Amino acid sequence: MLALTSVRAGYGTFQALFDVSLEVRRGEAVGVIGPNGAGKTTLMRVISGLIRPTAGTLVMEGVDLATTPAHRIVELGVAHVPESRRLFPRMTVEDNLRMGGFVPSARPKFHRQLEVVYELFPRMRERRHQLAGSMSGGEQQMCAIGRALMSEPKLLLLDEPSAGLAPVLVEQVFQLVDRIRASGLTVLIVEQNVQQVLRVVDRAYLLKTGHIQTAGRAADLLASDSIREAYLGV
Amino acid sequence: MSRYLPWIGGAALLAMPFVYHQPYPLHILIIILIWSFAYTSWSIMGRFGLVSLGHGGFMGVGAYVTALAWNYGHVSPWIGVPLAVAAAAALATVVAYPCFRFRITGHYFALVTLALSGIVLQVITATRDFTGGSLGYTPERYRGGSSLWAFQFSDKTTWYLIALVVWAAGLYVWSRVDRSMLRYALEAISEDEDAAAATGVHVTAEKLKITVLSATMTALAGALYCQYQMFISPDTVSGISVSLQMVFAVVVGGIYVSLGPTIGAVITILLAEVLRIWFGTRAVGWDNLVYGVLLVLFIIFLPKGIVGSLADLRRSVRWTSS
Amino acid sequence: MINGLLLGGVLALLSLGLNLVFGVIDVVWICYAELIMLGMYGMYFLYTVYHLPIVLGAAICIVGVGVLGLVLHTLVIAPLLGAAPINQLLATGGVLFFLQSAATVLFGVEFRNLGLRLPVLKVAGMFVSYSRLLAFAAALIAMVLVYLFLTRTYTGAAIRAIAQDRQIMPLMGVDTRRIYLITSGLGGALAGLAACLLVLQYDVHPFVGLTFGPITFLICVLGSLGNFAGGFVAAFVFAGIISVGGLYLDLEWGYVFAFAFFIVMMFVRPEGLMARRS
Repeated sequence: MLALTSVRAGYGTFQALFDVSLEVRRGEAVGVIGPNGAGKTTLMRVISGLIRPTAGTLVMEGVDLATTPAHRIVELGVAHVPESRRLFPRMTVEDNLRMGGFVPSARPKFHRQLEVVYELFPRMRERRHQLAGSMSGGEQQMCAIGRALMSEPKLLLLDEPSAGLAPVLVEQVFQLVDRIRASGLTVLIVEQNVQQVLRVVDRAYLLKTGHIQTAGRAADLLASDSIREAYLGV
Repeated sequence: MSRYLPWIGGAALLAMPFVYHQPYPLHILIIILIWSFAYTSWSIMGRFGLVSLGHGGFMGVGAYVTALAWNYGHVSPWIGVPLAVAAAAALATVVAYPCFRFRITGHYFALVTLALSGIVLQVITATRDFTGGSLGYTPERYRGGSSLWAFQFSDKTTWYLIALVVWAAGLYVWSRVDRSMLRYALEAISEDEDAAAATGVHVTAEKLKITVLSATMTALAGALYCQYQMFISPDTVSGISVSLQMVFAVVVGGIYVSLGPTIGAVITILLAEVLRIWFGTRAVGWDNLVYGVLLVLFIIFLPKGIVGSLADLRRSVRWTSS
Repeated sequence: MINGLLLGGVLALLSLGLNLVFGVIDVVWICYAELIMLGMYGMYFLYTVYHLPIVLGAAICIVGVGVLGLVLHTLVIAPLLGAAPINQLLATGGVLFFLQSAATVLFGVEFRNLGLRLPVLKVAGMFVSYSRLLAFAAALIAMVLVYLFLTRTYTGAAIRAIAQDRQIMPLMGVDTRRIYLITSGLGGALAGLAACLLVLQYDVHPFVGLTFGPITFLICVLGSLGNFAGGFVAAFVFAGIISVGGLYLDLEWGYVFAFAFFIVMMFVRPEGLMARRS
């Protein structure tokens, strides 16, 4: 479904990604793990179009993402839940969800998708008229994921969904990811929390200082030493 | 050789009126010098990102207070001008202090100063019984028209020398600020106020210092203009047009260079004169129209002004040739 | 006092337009009042010279100034979106200069008037001019319409969202350039409406923008740039002060009082100014 080949990207003179190649097949859940500063968020942004690659190709179901205008990428079925949620703080939960369903193809389905999201997140239904900025971290994460789901995406990009959340909430978030997966959605998760994410995904890539170090099935990676080396340097 | 250039140039400028004293060119030069001084005063704070759109107000205060003190109070400009300058300083403090104290910067500050020049204009118009309002105001001529006490001189050469000295003094002040700790403090502030404050810079005090300095110099320019022209009106010495004119001239000439504002003055005043001669009375409004278009074009294509862009060009040529 | 209310309505309309553009595009149109001036000239010519019925003239005026807003954005603002904010400000200053001078060259400095003599109504024992009432009603209706647009439509939601988090808009599928254009057109249209209302009561001349331009800026700064509700409240407060000042003295003193009030407010209630960094 999604294939990156030798992608390079960065910010101005600073290069963050070096020859990154990965792929995500339909129905899979793939993780990208790595320590801080590895380039994980940059990777997400390149896929969703917030920054452009300087080299390499990104293809989503046959469409070249690098030449697609950023605001069109959502229409291709790619929904990105950004790092630290990035909700619109002075808009209500429902308004935030509405923004998720902004693309013309999603508008006729707005009410149906709204129901789907509220089924998934009953707490959001309760707080539908509450200002997003006034909610707790866990609730904001739910809202952010819900917002991404409003466009009925084919591929969901999750950038560090557990960041800043208490362990109990982290559990809930990954259970949620499991449920989303089970409904048939393809998911690409970028995470620092290795244990949690490797239990939820099929495969994973290890990204360190912009390079893909290892790739493999989640179970294999959990057992191997390469992760420990990458994170702790031992 | 180039080190002696300023001295040679300065000597030439000093000697000029004794060699060549046609009144009209001298008049133009005097006007250029006075406005250069005003523009330089503006750029002293403008270069640090403290863009004021209200300097027309200070100039107006300088001009009108001097004239009114003379006509009504029979107070010599030797006292009237310091009075006017003090009034401008007070006005600057009253407006700038709350702005700086409460971190009103950038957009907000520009808008507040814009309103200030508008308000000064309104006050002048509102007190029309005293100031003549939009019809303008004339300081009374003293006896023969030439008097040191009244600071009125009919001889253009004298005025030329006065304007030259004041202009040079303005450049001197500019370069002193350029070499002072105040400059580094203000540059740090314009980069990041919080960081500057954290290193012990008294942000409000420093900004206030430069603002008052700039305002008082501008007021002096206004007073000088008044004494020279012997006629002032709200839209020639105050108001938003004057404020914008200042910005335009400095942007065109170059804001980070000491002679930038002067170059800007030369360009704008010569342009106005050319248009006036060419169009005659139909020229009303055309000069500002051209300024407006040029300002937009300059901001888009040459934000560093002519002098600044040339300096960049010279630097890059030097790089490639070495 | 009533007159203060009515002036407040128009000022609120003006500050709404300015706040919209600033909130969404992060640029202040210093020449906003000059757009209104052009609109007023437009109304003058459409009605007095071409004898169009006033409502038609108003419609053309609103659309016309809306288009001017689009042109302003495309020619001047868009090329400077990445530049330093002060450059953006100065560029609109250049446009101010240009528009004032263009008006001087094209129309001369004489004051022009629509020559409409609208009736004066007696409401609850007070004399209220019909034009003022109309202005207030129109301004109110316009603001309600804008409010509904912002809260009930997708584009309106996008406009509110951009003001809160510009960077992630592409993730929502929003083309920010289109939103900027729509906002510019809307800001222009509001100016056009203000022009129609103001021309009923005031003469037009090239520098008429200087009478209410600075006041609009003060209102927006006091209410906090980009804050629609703040601008609304501040507009009425200022209008009240101007009216009171203008009642006993010349109108110019009203503006002076308003400015003095502004300075005092900055000292007294800085929290009322949510204006922190630019």
